[in-house]
Amino acid sequence: MSLVEIDRIHKSFDDLEVLRGVSLDIDEGEIVAVIGRSGSGKSTLLRCINGLEPIQAGTIWVDGEQVNAPETDLRKLRQKVGIVFQSFNLFPHLTVERNITLGLTVVKKMAVEEARKIARQAIAQVDLEDKLSAYPDMLSGGQQQRVAIARSLAMSPKLMLFDEITSALDPELIGEVLRVLAKLAEDGMTMMVVTHEIGFARNVAHRLVFMHNGEIWEEGAARAVLDNPKTEELKNFLGSVLI
Amino acid sequence: MIRDLATNDFFYLLFAARWTVALAVVSIIGGSLIGVVVMVLRVVPIPPAKWLAVAYIQTIQGTPLLGQLFIIFFGIGVLGYDVSPWIAATVAFSVYSGAFLGEIWRGSVQAVPKTQWEASASIGLSFLEQLRYVVIPQAVRFSIPPTIGFWVHLVKNTSLASIIGFIELTRAGQIINAATFRPMTVYLVIAVLYFCICFPLAKMSERLEGKLRVAR
Repeated sequence: MSLVEIDRIHKSFDDLEVLRGVSLDIDEGEIVAVIGRSGSGKSTLLRCINGLEPIQAGTIWVDGEQVNAPETDLRKLRQKVGIVFQSFNLFPHLTVERNITLGLTVVKKMAVEEARKIARQAIAQVDLEDKLSAYPDMLSGGQQQRVAIARSLAMSPKLMLFDEITSALDPELIGEVLRVLAKLAEDGMTMMVVTHEIGFARNVAHRLVFMHNGEIWEEGAARAVLDNPKTEELKNFLGSVLI
Repeated sequence: MIRDLATNDFFYLLFAARWTVALAVVSIIGGSLIGVVVMVLRVVPIPPAKWLAVAYIQTIQGTPLLGQLFIIFFGIGVLGYDVSPWIAATVAFSVYSGAFLGEIWRGSVQAVPKTQWEASASIGLSFLEQLRYVVIPQAVRFSIPPTIGFWVHLVKNTSLASIIGFIELTRAGQIINAATFRPMTVYLVIAVLYFCICFPLAKMSERLEGKLRVAR
């Protein structure tokens, strides 16, 4: 059984159907990159996996639990699924350390000292050991995004979701964030990465999914799909991205 | 018999002003407790809770405070319970404040970006934990000017309690004026005393805002 099993899900915002029967499995340790134009449904798909967006039809299973079943405790499930957003979404009134320990002490009921120890480990993974007592607005965008990654990692998730995490960054800050992702990939973290960084998708992802109009249009081994696009839509998309 | 104004009259007003302050403080505390509950009911994603809160807010905001005061003071008396003016006034002002503070705080909570709710939900926080640890601490900053503005408004509105016979600043003034018939002097002194209560509150608003900006 795969870690994530998405089976023919449909999702609409009022009259607009943004996911039209999407199915996708992600195995443990696998890295799946999702590309596509804005409005193709890729971010929505990602947000459905941790229950931030309810779906209207189909099923999503994460680690043996059905995300969209009424009896599922989403709080428990979300501890297993980390998500990092395009706009960082750090808690601006809390220090970096408290941003990371909040979930540990409140949700996991961990003692403060233990939580701090984990915060130090998590912040070391993103190379920001000296920023623990800083507030988010004292950090650059790249640093804030790395803190957001550390905040998710501290919960020891089985799966990490990344929602266009470099799209809001200045070009010179993208590299430091992608390096953290590459390191996570080496450590064997299961990841689903919605991205516009085609180069990153080619080098780090095992599998690539191209979404178009709310459907999975093409998928396969990352390099194979990128080097030999089969559909006009993917060819056009890659053309518009690379130039 | 009309007598002259004496120094004692001023002290009488000053002592009566203590009751204005007491009435305001108790009503602010009572109103805040009700207000927190109203705010939570208003933002919790359970429709019946929201309807209940909205019905409360609309009823209180849509009827005059004076009427609410009468209903609590005389209305409960009709039911056979003896209500003192102090109890009637503090209950009426708390109920009244609860509706307004609840709405002010609801607005402040909703001014916190939706992404903060998403980020805190994603690390597994429950609704009340999200409110407590993430949303309210950020909402407080937005809420300070309108909250203190409402407090100032409430301090002045406590003068309505004079109508049910509670001797606070305004009622004390009426009593002195009846004996001395010097309305200009008496009511000017009263106005100054109200100002002395309200002005520090407004100043506090500025200081708190400045402080919170520094501490984020």
